[in-house]
Amino acid sequence: MSASTTMPRKLPGSLETNRRLDRWLRLDRDGTVTIFPGKVEIGQGILTALVQMVAEELDIAPERVRLAPADTSYSPDEGMTSGSRSIQDSGIALRYVAAEVRDLLLQRAAAKLGSSLEQLTVKDGTIAARSGGSVTYWELASADLLAREATAEVAPKTPDQHALVGAEVRRLDIPAKITGKPSYVQDLDFPGMLHGRIARPPGPGARLAAFDAAEVEAMPGVTAVVRDGVFIGVIAEREEQAIRAQRRIARSAQWEERPTLPVNSDPRYLLDLKSEDEVISEKNDAAATAATRLEAEYSRPHIAHASLAPSCAVAQFQDGKYTVWTHSQGIFPLRRDLAKVLGSAESDIVVIHAEGAGCYGHNGADDVALDAALLARAVPGRAVRVQWMREDEFAWEPYGSPMVVKMSAALDAKGNIASWTHDVWSHGHSTRPGVKGGANLLAAWHLEKPLAAARPGNPPLPGGGSHRNAIPLYEFPSQRITNHLIREAPLRTSALRSLGAHVNVFAIESFMDELAVAANADPVEFRLRHLKDPRARAVIETVAAKAGWKPREAGNGTRGRGLGFARYKNLGCYVAVIVDIEVGNEVRVRRAFAAVDAGQAINPNGLLNQTEGGIIQTVSWTLKERIGFDRERVTTRTWDDYPILTFGEAPEIDVTLINRPELPPLGAGEGAQGPTGAAIANAIYNALGVRLRDMPFTRDRLISALA
Amino acid sequence: MTLTITVNGTSHTVAAAAETPLLYVLRNDLKLKGTRFGCGTGLCGACMVVIDGKAVPSCDVPVSAVAGKSITTIEGLGDIGRLHPLQQAFVDEQAAQCGYCASGIIMTAKALLDANPQPTDADVRAALEHNLCRCGTHHRILLAIRRAVKEGAAK
Repeated sequence: MSASTTMPRKLPGSLETNRRLDRWLRLDRDGTVTIFPGKVEIGQGILTALVQMVAEELDIAPERVRLAPADTSYSPDEGMTSGSRSIQDSGIALRYVAAEVRDLLLQRAAAKLGSSLEQLTVKDGTIAARSGGSVTYWELASADLLAREATAEVAPKTPDQHALVGAEVRRLDIPAKITGKPSYVQDLDFPGMLHGRIARPPGPGARLAAFDAAEVEAMPGVTAVVRDGVFIGVIAEREEQAIRAQRRIARSAQWEERPTLPVNSDPRYLLDLKSEDEVISEKNDAAATAATRLEAEYSRPHIAHASLAPSCAVAQFQDGKYTVWTHSQGIFPLRRDLAKVLGSAESDIVVIHAEGAGCYGHNGADDVALDAALLARAVPGRAVRVQWMREDEFAWEPYGSPMVVKMSAALDAKGNIASWTHDVWSHGHSTRPGVKGGANLLAAWHLEKPLAAARPGNPPLPGGGSHRNAIPLYEFPSQRITNHLIREAPLRTSALRSLGAHVNVFAIESFMDELAVAANADPVEFRLRHLKDPRARAVIETVAAKAGWKPREAGNGTRGRGLGFARYKNLGCYVAVIVDIEVGNEVRVRRAFAAVDAGQAINPNGLLNQTEGGIIQTVSWTLKERIGFDRERVTTRTWDDYPILTFGEAPEIDVTLINRPELPPLGAGEGAQGPTGAAIANAIYNALGVRLRDMPFTRDRLISALA
Repeated sequence: MTLTITVNGTSHTVAAAAETPLLYVLRNDLKLKGTRFGCGTGLCGACMVVIDGKAVPSCDVPVSAVAGKSITTIEGLGDIGRLHPLQQAFVDEQAAQCGYCASGIIMTAKALLDANPQPTDADVRAALEHNLCRCGTHHRILLAIRRAVKEGAAK
């Protein structure tokens, strides 16, 4: 009774919400250890890093660690795999669990070997006593050993003791993938499995006027047509039969389309909509005096996650219970929304993670899981695999929100920034499933008895959503940062890698260069004079040295270089990027340099890979990408409509890692997005003397800027 | 209808409509899941296979058109423990993030190197013009193919 009156100790990472040791780790009799992370692989290499952390603390070879797929029937609920938080949430939890498990095993070994703890050493899971005698973890383990709450009182190793953490451990998943082994949810195959496709409306406002299901049901191989409101799905024996049926429905169903979308796709439509305005940072120094004032406006249109694999799920319905295989980033939140739509108890739904292609945020993964469940309900006992086509993904995924940022600033007589304002207009950056007050799954809104979507919004500060990285890391005497959130969105928007940071940093870092020009200063020096944080300064100085930055070097009318910097979310990794561009018929990024400080690097090669990928993806966003629509429908349907960066256009990349093993690991999956976008704009200015402020920087935009 | 096709040196008889894209026969009838669906219109390269020495998107080829031809898929290259030099180079360069594009890219590179064992960097980039990678692994993939060229990946 007395114990219950004290507050439980706060535990590190996701241990706080999942406190039992055996929820995270199991010692198997065959000399292996199985771990149960609730975070999932989305192409970022996280699982390899988690294996390294566990093997390090347990003093075992990484080959002994097995990973259980995330599954609602046994995994800890770690919410979403998002926001570059997996190392901090899951990795830190597993690190403490492994340290504590090792300690429990040592205590047992000490008793068994008649030795003191100090006289024991561990090598690859074998505990040896100095006086002689040894025993393995697996000989010591028993079912009850880990059936207890974690205390987190066993200190993990210090960085100087690390052998595996910080080492170049190769990704565990690559050999299977490059030899064509079934690796993705798309590759699941069960005996008797059927194939489903969904025939969506032509646009978000369309109503179904006429549809002849019988004609489709008579097609070869078609098992069932499922119609509920404007949700129309088809199930067939063979995949190509399902596709044919889907195409037939697209041709034969008659729709009344309605003009629900903005008149044009310029993101400035945002400025005409009702916004909720909030000042998120304000400071005033009355002594600051202004000599020169500058204003500028920046924007990005809707862009797509455009995962290389369109979304896919497999579902089976039997005896009133569903099993769903999904590449969702959050199996528990998805299950909450599936339960609402299917009218089932959460306990009657098992959601199992299976990897998809890289998603870069909230794509169609969750939506297609509901599609598959709705179809599976029509054919009890049979697994149904639903694969979105490329057109479905482009037309219906939740996009990265359009954004507009207005900046103003004043320079004092010495050319220092005296005051600064930043106003950002955007839709919400999170409409993920699993929240209260609605169901955030596409098909739920199309049913005869639709469920409403939850109110769109943003993750809260300090991470933030549309206001992510809106507050500058630079130190100015006066500043006011205002977030203008437009909740009503004509097209669904949700989390896309880095959320608002891409555009906020693009605006801040472009504007810093504009101010540097007005102050007649070098961009590197101008940033450093407004920046106190030594780690921030270090990434800028490192990348400048690596790229051979020459102060105030002018471009030559064709080539130029530019810099961008940010600390992701103002609390994650520090990244500075320099790009070299060349302008011919269009802008080409030839080379990119970067420096990244993410504290302790668990897997340096993985961290570099994420940063390189972030740079290249952002080159693509910034130069090429825009979702098109007319008043009735999204017009972007294929890769021809939505070109992304090709191998012919990809830059050479040189990333320098500033490893700080003594400091906590920081999220590093999304740090390059903002700096890269700005570096490109700044390089264009350096080359040509024109300032591009509206992404994407296409040939047409370039021509009109030069005109 | 019944068709006979030769995949990775083995002859298979499948029952599918003549116009069925080869991709679905490989994945669903032959259970060769390494050839991957990405767009269905031959624009992304995830489903590349090599047919009579040429890299072809299998989503865009009816199965009836490949009867009597020699089809190689990623499974026909190498396996864990005996990787093809191109696959080994992808491991050595850690040239994957999600890896979904990798098998199609390796097949494109295989056809290139078989025809041109010493391609220039421009040749490699040109050959990959119809392979997309969304994770931004281009840099490492190009390094991997360069490495494979250096180590003599062409048969």
